[in-house]
Amino acid sequence: MVHPVIKLVAQRLALGLLLLLAASVLIFVGTQILPGDVAQSILGQSATPESLANLRAELGLNDPPVTRYFNWLLAAMQGDLGTALTNGQDIAQAMGKRLGNTLFLAATAAVIAVPLAILLGLIAVRYQGRWPDKVISTVTLATVSVPEFLLGYILVYLLSVKLRLFPSLATIYDTMSLGEKLYAISMPTLVLVLVVLGHMMRMTRAAILNVMQSAYVETAELKGLRPFTIIARHAFPNAIAPVVNVVMLNLAYLVVGVVVVEVVFVYPGMGQYLVDHVSKRDVPVVQACGLVFAAVYIGLNILADVISILANPRLRHPK
Amino acid sequence: MMRIPLAAMIGLFFTALYFLGAIFAGWIAPYGMAEIVGDSWEPWSATHLLGTDSIGRDLLSRMIFGGQTTIFVAAAATVLSFTLGSSLGFLAAVRGGWVDQLLSRGVDLVMSIPSLISALVVLSVMPVTLPILILVMGLLDATRVFRLSRAVAVDITVMDYVEAARLRGERQLWIIFREILPNALSPLIAEMGLRFIFMVLFISTLSFLGLGIQPPLADWGGIVKENKEGIVYGIPAALIPAFAIATLAISVNLVADWVLTRTTSLKGGRGG
Repeated sequence: MVHPVIKLVAQRLALGLLLLLAASVLIFVGTQILPGDVAQSILGQSATPESLANLRAELGLNDPPVTRYFNWLLAAMQGDLGTALTNGQDIAQAMGKRLGNTLFLAATAAVIAVPLAILLGLIAVRYQGRWPDKVISTVTLATVSVPEFLLGYILVYLLSVKLRLFPSLATIYDTMSLGEKLYAISMPTLVLVLVVLGHMMRMTRAAILNVMQSAYVETAELKGLRPFTIIARHAFPNAIAPVVNVVMLNLAYLVVGVVVVEVVFVYPGMGQYLVDHVSKRDVPVVQACGLVFAAVYIGLNILADVISILANPRLRHPK
Repeated sequence: MMRIPLAAMIGLFFTALYFLGAIFAGWIAPYGMAEIVGDSWEPWSATHLLGTDSIGRDLLSRMIFGGQTTIFVAAAATVLSFTLGSSLGFLAAVRGGWVDQLLSRGVDLVMSIPSLISALVVLSVMPVTLPILILVMGLLDATRVFRLSRAVAVDITVMDYVEAARLRGERQLWIIFREILPNALSPLIAEMGLRFIFMVLFISTLSFLGLGIQPPLADWGGIVKENKEGIVYGIPAALIPAFAIATLAISVNLVADWVLTRTTSLKGGRGG
């Protein structure tokens, strides 16, 4: 008999693939079968009939939509994302390096934000209702009330212009060493950390507070354990599943935050690539970027599900 | 007599201030929206309270007109997402079966792509006009409202009074509007505040990326975009919308919090 955990995990993975497939349909439908014609909206009202016909042929708009979808999907699965309309470059090639840059930025932010958020969450629970909790909660409420791009400019104004600590633009090259790269991306990383830290810390705090109401925590209290030991040894292990969920949700959120932050700091990543080509109405690039972002987002969500299944001892050791 | 806590009073005051400013923008603003009245980035002075922007327009006037656009678009999108999301959510809860399955799985699918990405994908082929922006934002956000209203309504549909109404032979629309809606209203109104703020952030982000409200119309995200070059020279013009968005967000949150706590305490007993 197959272990129930393996079965559950397999189900989750299958569901994820199905969801990704459906998302690809949605992205395709969103860009192709809208009222009007893609070629028309790319070229504008003043386009000549000849140029419209040329573009339609180039985009394959004369084929039925279903054929176009499957051609696009099959090519994408083989790593061929098509060519950009604006400059004729191969999309997969242009995207490869940018995806690396984006993941580098997001990973750096995550490495700093995740432990910090969990630690702050624990501290907030330990001193619940007293000043450390209030300070942490107020500061994080302030950071989540301001959109990412404004937070970016506030920090540029304070740290780059007034104090001259960090560079205001995040330009990176291949020849830079790791240290130089980390210094170059210090500002965007800081913004991303602040943005997700707020959400993550608040959700961690709520998840642990929820566990703190259980009977075994009361027992631990009555045993006379120190408050921090209770939280770290008794409450936290039981809060792992919800906390992991929180972390994953916020990492998925990070993927979106990256789009805006990259534009603010002119960072050569996926987000800037996407935004540039949306304003140029370069549909193949937008589709490809949309697909990659959706894949990362769905992947992280599925990963969160799988980890919370694995973190549940009742599922790991069935009777 | 109901007592309004201080935090909620402050929230109500500022929320009302922003909305009044948005409604009467044409009367309050000292200068026209696109009127060039001075040099670029003049400092704060008696004639230009917040200084001027990158091409010499009065920043205070731009902020007031920008607030009008931002708040109008966000409010319209919120109304759309609530009307659509909650009616479909209630329908799914009342009908159950395949209607529920179809709607819920459809919503799951739309929510599996981050809304900013979906919006960018759609806006890459659609003309960026106010009605399209409202429609795109409203439709994407309706998925969140659908989930909440379905969850709330599912709890209500199992109540005895809904059962009684069904046995009386009331029609489904009657059950939705006369039994479920009044009981689901308070959590929905609290959520409405949060969704409205989300919409303000959403439209500001889109405008900042250059894919939202198009110039010469002013809006808070656009003001940041127009004045961002000034920051490097230490000119804080681009940061003023930050202040406006943050105070609006916090005051609406305070009101929403109050609505929520007021209604949860109502559950214990009315008039208590």
